[in-house]
Amino acid sequence: MNLDLTDDQEALRATLRDFFGKESPPEAVRAAEPLGFDASLWRKAVGLGLPSIAVPAERGGGGAGSVELALAAEAAGWSVAPVPLVEAAVANDLLVSLPRAAVPEPLAARAVAGDLAATVALRPADGDVARLVPAGAVADLVIALRGEELLAVEAAGGTRGAVPNLGSMPNLGSMPVADRRLDEGEATVLATGADALAAHGRAVLHWRLLTAAALAGVAAKALGLGLGYVAHRRAFGTLIGSFQTVQHRLADDATALEGARLLAYEAAWARNAGLPEADALAEMAFLFASETAFRTASDSLHFHGGYGYTLEYDIQLYFRRAKAWPLLAGDRAAAYAALARRLYGRPYGTGRDDASEGRPGPATDTEG
Amino acid sequence: MDFAEPDELAAHRAAAREWADANVRPEWVAEQLRSGCHQTPELHALFARDGLLAAGWAPEYGGGDVSPGFAQAVFEECTRRGLHFDGWSTTTMVIRTIEHVGTEEQKRAYIPAALRGELLAALGYSEPDSGSDVAAARTTAVRDGDGWVIDGQKMFTSTAQVCSHVFVLARTDPDAAKHKGLSLFLVPTGVPGYERRPIHTLGGQVTNATFYTGVRVPGSALIGGVNDGWNVMKVALVYERGVGNPGTMRKGLAGKLGAWASATRRPDGSRVLDDPSAAERIGRMAVDEEVSRLLGLWMNWRAAKGGVPGVEGTMSKLFYSEASQRHYSDALDILGAAGVLAPDAPGAPAGGAFERDFRAAVVTTIYGGASEVLRDVIAERHLGLPRNRPGKGGP
Repeated sequence: MNLDLTDDQEALRATLRDFFGKESPPEAVRAAEPLGFDASLWRKAVGLGLPSIAVPAERGGGGAGSVELALAAEAAGWSVAPVPLVEAAVANDLLVSLPRAAVPEPLAARAVAGDLAATVALRPADGDVARLVPAGAVADLVIALRGEELLAVEAAGGTRGAVPNLGSMPNLGSMPVADRRLDEGEATVLATGADALAAHGRAVLHWRLLTAAALAGVAAKALGLGLGYVAHRRAFGTLIGSFQTVQHRLADDATALEGARLLAYEAAWARNAGLPEADALAEMAFLFASETAFRTASDSLHFHGGYGYTLEYDIQLYFRRAKAWPLLAGDRAAAYAALARRLYGRPYGTGRDDASEGRPGPATDTEG
Repeated sequence: MDFAEPDELAAHRAAAREWADANVRPEWVAEQLRSGCHQTPELHALFARDGLLAAGWAPEYGGGDVSPGFAQAVFEECTRRGLHFDGWSTTTMVIRTIEHVGTEEQKRAYIPAALRGELLAALGYSEPDSGSDVAAARTTAVRDGDGWVIDGQKMFTSTAQVCSHVFVLARTDPDAAKHKGLSLFLVPTGVPGYERRPIHTLGGQVTNATFYTGVRVPGSALIGGVNDGWNVMKVALVYERGVGNPGTMRKGLAGKLGAWASATRRPDGSRVLDDPSAAERIGRMAVDEEVSRLLGLWMNWRAAKGGVPGVEGTMSKLFYSEASQRHYSDALDILGAAGVLAPDAPGAPAGGAFERDFRAAVVTTIYGGASEVLRDVIAERHLGLPRNRPGKGGP
């Protein structure tokens, strides 16, 4: 057991904080709205190799592990950076993890090099349209499950085949989501049948894992913004940060933050080590970080009083994203139920899966 | 990073099971449930006979050569079989405290007696008018020649039914500031002026109120310096909240309830686990349990590196106790009407374990620092927010 980051990981974390702190300050985040994409910042992130930091070196990536990638996602979340780092990292990992024969080498190489910004549609396509694809409005390459085929569709020309879902205001998270047509541009079948379903399922879980890390960053910054405000704002002749009801909610948020961060790191570590419980841990990390980020941002916004409702203060940037980012993966309540069935769903005593998830819930540990 | 939690006691598990098979009598579990006293003298005598209590202690204080790993594995095996030995937990805190602050004479007197199983000490901190605010104790100790005379009342003196001593927090300087006039005494229970009355709890546990009326103790009963009791308490608190106190979440409620929900069918033939609402709540339990495990691991990691796991221990305790109350409440809801059935009632799911643990979970957010105090500590020490309780030395 060792719960410390290595010296290299600590150094990476500090570098990432510096980079996103400098390159993605709140002004840049606001300037990138409503689309939610900063092309210049994206080029810099690609220049640092962040979207392929965990791709093996022999495939053109950084050769680092899942924990390093999670640190990058956490730092991006901490500054709500308007770049599709999580999506591109998931797509790049998927492209290099498929059998080489299935993926045209130039496609994988261009994605890993950052010449193509790639993303993965989280839900199976609706006919020829992948709906509400994260980074769908800005990605050059969309990987989507259509029926029993896993397709990579490279956009033709400038439109990217994207149907932006912009209303009169930015979407809740100012995210570059869009519907993408899969019958325009150049399509490659990456996998079919059970292989396609499994590869897509792995990619979606990877997205959840990295989004968990990003949301831990969101929660950390949201807590910091709240603390900064209550430590200076006075009411009834005293600092509002001295009120017990304010302190106690922040104490609960701070406790949950440590849990969310530990769980995201654990899930990344388990993925890296190829452990059987890695999938369940990724799901758990996603669910817990989602709740923690939203509750923390919500509490923090509330403690800002009327200013929290204005667009002028930064907390709204975090509040909106804390709700919106995880929503792209659907309703949490259904995910909790699916998790329970995955952990305990086999009839008791009939198969090894009763206990194979071991740590996250030893189903064999019954009374008597 | 490496989150794998190796079972350091793996080599001792089989021998521990053998020890328990040979020595543990199942009726002790029923007896603890019936009497509400979470300490069984017959079991304790066997622990002492086989050197399990003395494991890991220095020979000059009565330590033996039994492996501490084996002793710990036996304790865990007995816990797994449903036995409590809370009196030994408190005694361990007391003799560890004596090891840190006691005189050489005290160490040679008290520690070997405890390791032989003859000295068992309950904690006498709380009073009728002070619980979490432990330094507000009003019990007094007044010098009388070489000794002291103690007057006052203590609450929740758990396992005092079978203890030889109570570790009493008393005020030795009524004129000093609140935290500066306290001292600790190891008071024998069999002396004139000592009285015990049972307190029945909704968890089934029977704890005690203990009364001290002109109780005379020798000078050797004073543990640590006169009026230095607050510092002595801090040593003891580390052993209460920190080391070897991983929390009740390890029981794995989600796993037990998940197994039950997977194996149990509703009248319409559907599995309970197929009910989305039940499954959602069980999924939440699994996530909270993992977070709880990680916070505990984090605390132990900090302690293993030589730090004092203050904030980590506080967060860990706050999270698991609050979560376990939610979970047991949800568990009974999921069981429905059968959730009300007491342990061993016919038809009680899982032998009534959920109902029993629901009751017991009530106190987890109260003892060892109420949740409100823990949140104050986190706000103050971790978040740097202003202290909102009256300061030390205040009224």
